[in-house]
Amino acid sequence: MKLLFIQGPSQGYRLILLALLSITLMTLDHRTSYVNSIRSSIAVLVYPVQYLVNFPANVGDWASESFSSRKTLQEDNATLRTQNLILTTQLQKLNFIESENIHLRSLLESSKRVGERILIAELLSVDMDPYKQQVTINKGSASNDDIYPGQPFVDAKGVMGKLKHVSPFSSTALLITDPSHSLPVEVNRNGLRAIAKGTGSQTQLEIPHLPNNADIKVGDLLVTSGLGCVFPAGYPAARVVEINIDPSLPFAEVLAEPIAELDRSSEVLLVWPGGKAKPNPANPCQLENAAPAEKTIPPEPVKEKKAS
Amino acid sequence: MKKNKAQGGNIILISFVVGFVLSMIPLPQVLQSVRPEFVAIVLIYWCMALPNRVGVGIGWVAGLFYDVSTDALLGQHALTFAIIAFLAIKLHQQIRVFPIWQQALTIFVLMMFQGTITLWITGMLYDAPSLWTVMVPAISTAIFWPLGYLIMRQVRRFYQIN
Repeated sequence: MKLLFIQGPSQGYRLILLALLSITLMTLDHRTSYVNSIRSSIAVLVYPVQYLVNFPANVGDWASESFSSRKTLQEDNATLRTQNLILTTQLQKLNFIESENIHLRSLLESSKRVGERILIAELLSVDMDPYKQQVTINKGSASNDDIYPGQPFVDAKGVMGKLKHVSPFSSTALLITDPSHSLPVEVNRNGLRAIAKGTGSQTQLEIPHLPNNADIKVGDLLVTSGLGCVFPAGYPAARVVEINIDPSLPFAEVLAEPIAELDRSSEVLLVWPGGKAKPNPANPCQLENAAPAEKTIPPEPVKEKKAS
Repeated sequence: MKKNKAQGGNIILISFVVGFVLSMIPLPQVLQSVRPEFVAIVLIYWCMALPNRVGVGIGWVAGLFYDVSTDALLGQHALTFAIIAFLAIKLHQQIRVFPIWQQALTIFVLMMFQGTITLWITGMLYDAPSLWTVMVPAISTAIFWPLGYLIMRQVRRFYQIN
C-alpha cells in the first residue's frame, strides 16, 4: 500500500543536521586544510565521470592522429625536425650560458638556482564553475607522489597557474587570470617589480599599484620574479598591452595579456621550483625536509657581520 | 513492493550521473554561464516523484559531489541541494498537480532560493558576484525544466520506478 503522507518530521531534523554539517565543512574548508582528504577521496569517485566527459575529446584526438594522411605526417615530421635542429643549436649556447651564470653567481656568493624538474600533464576537457578561471589536469598524487597543492605549471609559452587541490587521479588548478590570483612579476627590460592580478577575463591581467611615473611601456615583457618562492623566477608571464595614466589618480592603470595560451593549451608542464624536493607548505621559501627555521636563524647574523 | 524498491536504485543513480556529465560537458564560453543546473533538475524531479526514497540525504551527498567536481567550497552545494530537496519534498503534493509552466515557475523560485544562499556564502567569504550570475542559470533551468521533466517521467514510467 502506498501512503499519502510519507514524510514524517524526520526530513526536517535531517535537514537541520545536514545544514550544520555543511556549515562545519565549509568553515573547515575555508580556514584549514583538514577536509582536503575528504575532498580527494570524493574526487576519486568523481574522476570516472570526468573521464567519461573527456572521452569524446580523447577519441577525437586519437581519430585525427590515426586518420591523418601520410603527407601531413611527413610535413609535420619535417617541420618538427627543423624546429628541433634550431632548438638544439640554441640549447648549446644555453648550456654554456647557464654554467657561466652559475659560475658568476658563485663568485658573487649568491645562491645558485638549481635545475627545475618538470612533468608533463594533460588538461581534462571538463567545465567547472563558469565564474572562476580553473582547469582540471590528469595528474594526481597517484601518478606522481611529489605533486603538491600550490605547485606552479606552465605551457610551452609561459606561466599558466598553480595547483589548488591534488587528488589521486586528477588535480584542479587556478589560472593566473582568476580574480583571486596574484603573481609576482618583474619587467624584463629593467627589473621593475610588480604584481599581476587576475581579472576573471582569460585575456587580461591587471598590474595595480604602479605609480604614474613608473618606467613601464606598452609591449614590455613581464617575467615571474620568483619572489614569494611559489613560482620559479624567469618564466614569461604577460605582455603589457595598455597603460592609462590619469593624473588625478595615484596609480597608473596597467593592463597586460597573458603569454601562455590559457584557452588553447592541452598539455601543460608541472614545475618543481626547488629541484627534487617539495617546498614547505607553511613557507614556500624553505624545502619540506629542510631544518626548521629556528636552527637556520643563528648563522645569519654571523654572515651579516662578515659582510659589514 | 519491496522488489520494486530494490529495482529502481540503479536508474536513479544513472540519472544523477547523466546530470553530472551534462553539468561538466565543455561548452563555449558564452554558453557556460547559461548552462541549466542539470543535477538540481534530476534531484528535484526525484524528490517530487519519489519523496519516500529520494530526499534531503541524497541531495546533500549529490551536492558534496557537485562541490568537488566544480572545486567550490566543500559543503556549499551540499547545503543548497539539501535545502531544495527539502522544499521539493514539502511541496511535492502541489508541484505534482501543477500544469507544466507553473512547475517551471516553481523551479525558478527554488533555483533563486538556492542562488541567494550561494550569494550569501560567497559574499561572506569573497566579493559577492552580481545577481545575474545566479539569475541566468535559474532562468535557463526553469526553461529547460519541461523537457527534463518529460524525459525523466518517460524514464520513470518505462522502468516502473515508484
